[in-house]
Amino acid sequence: MKILALLHTQDDGALPKAALEVVTAAAGLAAQAGGTFAVAVLGAGATAAADAVAACGASAFYAVEGDAVAQPRYATDTAAAAALMQAAGAEVVLAPGTSRFARCLPGAAYRTGAQVDTHVAAVSVEAGAVQAQRWFYRQRILGAFSRAARPWVLLVDSGVYAPWSGAAGAAQAQPVAVAFGAEDSRTAAQGLQAPAADAQTIRPDAPILLVAGAGWTKKQKDGQYHIGEAGALIQGFLQKAQASLGSSKSLVDLKSDGQETLNFMSHMNQVGQTGSTPRHPKGLSTCCHGEEPHAVGWRFINERRAINLDANCGWAQGKADVVYVGDAFEIMAKVNALLG
Amino acid sequence: MNGFHIVVCGSLVPDPLQTLEPVTTPQGPGLKNETMLPSVLDPWSAHALYEADHLAKQVAGSKVYLVSLGPKAKLQQLMMTVAQKVPFELVAIDGSASGFTDAHLVAAALAEAITAIPGLDKSRLLVFGGCASASRDAGVTMQLVCERLGIRDFFSGVDELKVAPDGSFSVLERVEGGQYLASTCQGAPAVLAWATGNLPEPRNNPQVGMANMRGVMPALMKAKPAAVGVGALSYAKTEIPAQKRATRVVKDVGADEIAREIVAWIKG
Repeated sequence: MKILALLHTQDDGALPKAALEVVTAAAGLAAQAGGTFAVAVLGAGATAAADAVAACGASAFYAVEGDAVAQPRYATDTAAAAALMQAAGAEVVLAPGTSRFARCLPGAAYRTGAQVDTHVAAVSVEAGAVQAQRWFYRQRILGAFSRAARPWVLLVDSGVYAPWSGAAGAAQAQPVAVAFGAEDSRTAAQGLQAPAADAQTIRPDAPILLVAGAGWTKKQKDGQYHIGEAGALIQGFLQKAQASLGSSKSLVDLKSDGQETLNFMSHMNQVGQTGSTPRHPKGLSTCCHGEEPHAVGWRFINERRAINLDANCGWAQGKADVVYVGDAFEIMAKVNALLG
Repeated sequence: MNGFHIVVCGSLVPDPLQTLEPVTTPQGPGLKNETMLPSVLDPWSAHALYEADHLAKQVAGSKVYLVSLGPKAKLQQLMMTVAQKVPFELVAIDGSASGFTDAHLVAAALAEAITAIPGLDKSRLLVFGGCASASRDAGVTMQLVCERLGIRDFFSGVDELKVAPDGSFSVLERVEGGQYLASTCQGAPAVLAWATGNLPEPRNNPQVGMANMRGVMPALMKAKPAAVGVGALSYAKTEIPAQKRATRVVKDVGADEIAREIVAWIKG
């Protein structure tokens, strides 16, 4: 079986962590299947990036680089990825489920006559056939499945495999020519922007996720709103614990509805049904009573604790390891003080 | 410019508050009591629909279509609420809305239905949809529709679309680390798979509902059946992993002690 680890570089020309994880996955799958794997890289500095994983055991290396693929863009990325897939002639293509590849690889699969699946949480060989696992219904049902059709493109979620590490070398990556058309450059990337927020609050590699619920913006026991204080406590915790911030839908919806809320929150922070499902070792939920943050948003949080005024909150019971019954304002102030 | 033809792809999903249990059916995996589960418009598609309405109001001469694939009877129920939100012309496709269907088949059915819309002008075409569904959650359907329609510009996880007077537009797409990728595009045709956007859910408007329903019922009557199923997917199993945790409830304990325990846990 021929397997391809299809990767892309990031702005600085290096491979993102998710790409290195896919190298591990491809090497493992090739070993299970008794096959070989190749590595293909697209983006700025692709050849040098291939050199960085030269010792990974791949049988061949391919690269597409140049101005056309220096920035993420659907049309050019799709054309480049399709060319790399065709050059490698692999039956199974593993790729990182980054925003760049999630955007373009379904199109590349279509152009190469491949089938594509995303959000892959595991890939293995079962009874001689490649089998993948992913979640359906927003992390509620886990399915294991296979496809007979080849090529088969699988976008692997970040955090599933350990990143490959090893010595750099000379990969001798074969440059792959791509025939870009004039229509491929109708879109121009203008660069990255931080969301309209006071500070960077989303940190994918943070050791802990703080989930804030709408309770922070409700009247407190003195009958008054304390939104400013809530903001200071949350931001203080994020800074001291180097935590990432998640939010319930109800909290970020307040902003859309024009109500006063935490100004550093946006829909980007939302976890759950229409938000993200981040992976962090620990998660602390505060003032949050909905199912979505606890069932869907927390699916990939290993250790979970919650601060809740209601000891019988049905959504925290059975989903959190520990529920602290108390006033989050009071407790988080003391937590921040102890964190220094 | 003469306005956009905005086609929104969106279907029904089980109400997120429902408990879902996988079962095996002759057609492949399904949900227990699937036909009885209350449904809602897929959340990300709903955002796409609201953004389409917002854009149509900004650019004179624009028109919004909603292309929806699902069991006809359930689509009819869904339209009782969705049709009250924003004006649109429904294009219904009668087929499975299961999360276990193959996105490749779904995309083919959607592209075929879009192509068949009478009077659709591709030079003015913007195809909207959710960046993923709350059922299949594949995140590939809109790209496959894009390719089938021969469109070269696609944007995923869109939160903002700003159109210039000449029809060109700028887009913000969600990327890693809570950032946006900002892009500009020369104009239609394009496909945009929306995240949440920035608009609140519109209030129900009975007048909009009355106007929409005049077209909804005929659209449902002439909904073409689509053979959408698991296709080339072969499922080995579908299951709900045991997730219940033995929750320890800490109450009647002072904030100081709780804080100390939390900090020890964080640092541990």
